[in-house]
Amino acid sequence: MDLIKMTAHELKDKLESKEISSVDITKSYIDRIDKVESSVNAYITLTTTQALARAEEIDDKRAKGETLGSLAGITIGIKDNMCTKGIKTTCASKMLEDFVPPYNATVIDKLNNEGAVLLGKLNMDEFAMGSSNENSYFHKTMNPWDLTRVPGGSSGGSAAAVAANEAVFTLGSDTGGSIRQPAHYCGVVGMKPTYGTVSRYGLVAFASSLDQIGPLTKDVEDMALVLNAITGYDKLDSSSYNKKYEDFSENLKKDIKGKKVALPKEYFSDGIQPEIKEKVIDVAKKLEELGAIVEEVSMNMTDLALPAYYLISSAEASSNLARYDGVKYGYRAKNYDNLVDLYKQTRDEGFGKEVKRRIMLGTYALSSGYYDAYYKKAQQVRTLIKNEFDKVFEKYDIILTPTGPSTAFKIGEKINNPIEMYMNDICTVPINIAGVPALSMNCGFDSNNMPIGVQFISKAFNESTILQMAYAYEQNRDLPNITPQI
Amino acid sequence: MSYSDYEVVIGLEVHSELKTKTKIFCSCTTEFGGEPNTHCCPICTGMPGTLPKLNEKVVEYAIKAGLAMDCNINEFSKQDRKNYFYPDLPKAYQVSQYDLPLCYEGEIEIEVNGEMKKIRINRIHIEEDAGKLIHESGEGSIVDYNRCGVPLIEIVTEPDFRSSEDVRVFLEKLRTILLYADVSDCKMNEGSLRCDVNLSIRKKGETELGTRTEMKNMNSFNYAVKAIQYEAKRQIKVIENGDKVIQETRRWDESKGITVSMRSKEEAHDYRYFPEPDLMPIITSKERIEEIRSSLPEMPDSRVRRYVDEYKITEYDARLIAASRNMADYFEKAVIDVKNKKAVANWIITEIYSRLDEEQKEQAKIPFEPAVLTELVNLIEDGTISNSIGKKVFAECWETGKRPGEIVEEKGLKQISDDGQLQSLVKEVIDANPKAVNDYLSGKQAAIGALVGQMMKATKGKANPKMVNELLREAIGKLNN
Repeated sequence: MDLIKMTAHELKDKLESKEISSVDITKSYIDRIDKVESSVNAYITLTTTQALARAEEIDDKRAKGETLGSLAGITIGIKDNMCTKGIKTTCASKMLEDFVPPYNATVIDKLNNEGAVLLGKLNMDEFAMGSSNENSYFHKTMNPWDLTRVPGGSSGGSAAAVAANEAVFTLGSDTGGSIRQPAHYCGVVGMKPTYGTVSRYGLVAFASSLDQIGPLTKDVEDMALVLNAITGYDKLDSSSYNKKYEDFSENLKKDIKGKKVALPKEYFSDGIQPEIKEKVIDVAKKLEELGAIVEEVSMNMTDLALPAYYLISSAEASSNLARYDGVKYGYRAKNYDNLVDLYKQTRDEGFGKEVKRRIMLGTYALSSGYYDAYYKKAQQVRTLIKNEFDKVFEKYDIILTPTGPSTAFKIGEKINNPIEMYMNDICTVPINIAGVPALSMNCGFDSNNMPIGVQFISKAFNESTILQMAYAYEQNRDLPNITPQI
Repeated sequence: MSYSDYEVVIGLEVHSELKTKTKIFCSCTTEFGGEPNTHCCPICTGMPGTLPKLNEKVVEYAIKAGLAMDCNINEFSKQDRKNYFYPDLPKAYQVSQYDLPLCYEGEIEIEVNGEMKKIRINRIHIEEDAGKLIHESGEGSIVDYNRCGVPLIEIVTEPDFRSSEDVRVFLEKLRTILLYADVSDCKMNEGSLRCDVNLSIRKKGETELGTRTEMKNMNSFNYAVKAIQYEAKRQIKVIENGDKVIQETRRWDESKGITVSMRSKEEAHDYRYFPEPDLMPIITSKERIEEIRSSLPEMPDSRVRRYVDEYKITEYDARLIAASRNMADYFEKAVIDVKNKKAVANWIITEIYSRLDEEQKEQAKIPFEPAVLTELVNLIEDGTISNSIGKKVFAECWETGKRPGEIVEEKGLKQISDDGQLQSLVKEVIDANPKAVNDYLSGKQAAIGALVGQMMKATKGKANPKMVNELLREAIGKLNN
């Protein structure tokens, strides 16, 4: 029995039938991390000692017959931009290298309540800005399918850890594709729920109006399980949506007959790797076989999403990251002449290149005299994009697209060309702009045996339809029997 | 050219702290003071990952203040970030309001030197206060975040002031209104009311505004008045010398009595305002606005009119009483069962005010209930005691808290209005004071006073003075015949 290959729902069954213990699972994962972490580098901070103690505690409770949470004993990893009380939360930045939060993010409290066992904090692009994990201050994370390639980003550590079986599932954050793109590169399931579904309290902000926490899992059933644990209204987050959230596992296995699927032709343009287009079309065909109705549609605003995204996200980031000034916490420059110099030196030394690039871009976009031409215009485009999605969803249940224009690229290949790097987000950013939910899952491999992701998009608060479609596809897909290199 | 050829044009931005129990975006206390950094949490210190949650009371109080100043209320309002770096601002932005403030276009009427004048309110918006820098020698500067996130309203006026006196009267009126609305303690020494002054000058008769300077953070009405007087003269001197006024921010140096340049327009911040993405728009329904309006007490101007019209007291007296909501409320309770409302007002303005300092007046710190004053006034009105005995009874009430009727009874202070009893005393007094009687008879009207005094002395002040007067005149009149 290879515990590390099992999904959360499989482990749950075995834990409940007492075939295995939480300590068994945790030990298997610690062994696995010992074995592969040096080549994958998914984690920034490991908490394996605390994890074992926690597993023992859960086993004790189980032995005593106490009620346990829905994720009791399941070993997980968390992207290092979610605050964990007493555990370093670095955002992969020199600026927060030694930052230990005095409080837990709401999602951390929720996972703790459900009995999840934290193995560690995962690598990412600095402050979640990037598509390759190459912007981490600490180290690069490798793609478990090919260690010379990037795992994607910014939740690269979260995707790589699941693909390399270094965690049963992980949490990432997605501002413009930061969960889905690495899920696509690493062949796992990744979902960005509807904006407002998962509390952002304790998620270190990149772009507040776009950031959303979501899970990366081994299969769709696990996705539903984890979503059940982390969604819900939180009075600490004003953007959190106050409603009763459904049980995502309940309708998972429902028939998808008659569901209407839209294929927007703008997502199948020349810029998309031909093998990706092929595989996504294959998914559409499979869904048709299962009784869904597939039609081609046009979404004219698609091209506008990327520039609007980079203006809005950078503008918000320039303000959100202003607090890192060396005064209160985090890095402070050693040498400075006066207050302004303290700010300048601290921020110059504490932030990486990409973060500085976005702060400058965002500051410019918000500056007096430029606001109307950039930030305001981008917000107007945002409304148009939202309206376009709404319109498609009047007729369709799901929009099906590739998750990204290419599969995982080589480490170093795009790091010196920001524009090319930004193009990786072309299929994912419109979803954040519209605030709707989307899931990426594996639908095949390219000629280099690198995973290809397909993206299921639905209207706001319609995660359950996405999960149903994705589950139906997962149960019926024919994938070659290949596994990660690691 | 002289100073009198110029006109001063002033607009104000007044910051007032709202008296909510907790801060604007977290549940920390707003209590003043406390050891540095003890009234704060991860939210108000802007720790990574924290989010603001708007305190509903802040919205309610701000709208209430707006309604008290005849403002319109934006049913759709939002909050914005004002970005700038300073160590007392932990997030490096202040959550404020930019283009959709909660309240707009109101007005406050003031009376300056007998003339009525309307000061237009441009807007009132909500925002969070910053912390405090403490500069200690040797240790460098330290920051106290206790103030961070204390809710403020900023009241922005139109440039409708033409003198420092206008400003002083306005600030006092504004303070009264805020106290009436019960939304701020307006304690200047705790910084809960402070203002920025925008000032320019122009030749009389000109319609274009001159270049203005801004003076920041005046936390005393006196400083504001002095700073305005100084700055107006300074600007006139600049113009008279053929120079131009530079648009800049200046600071009032109280010890030197001058304003000093802080930074010019070129060095001014670009605040890069944009909508605060962590907070949802503030939507207030018409019903809610009306509900808040109905929770407002009657405002001072309206009370003054009513006191003059219904209670027949002078406008001057009415203003003295209406200056404090607590005192006005006390007054209104005390007059309910009294016919002569003016008498109640007199007691308050003379006897009560002389015993209270400004703050006590504000809070109507009176050691007895309004009903006690009612009782006292009625004892005088119905002739049970005289006015002068009333003063003694009042003093006793103030000291002991006893009821006036009780004191009168205990000490036998009832006025002597018995005709027979007084008649015999009159006779005695006339017999014992022939000089005074003669003086009176020879035309010295004032001499009657001495005789009245003797009557009072003999009755320990209890004789009904009106009757004594009449009886004395009558008796002496008879002598003459």
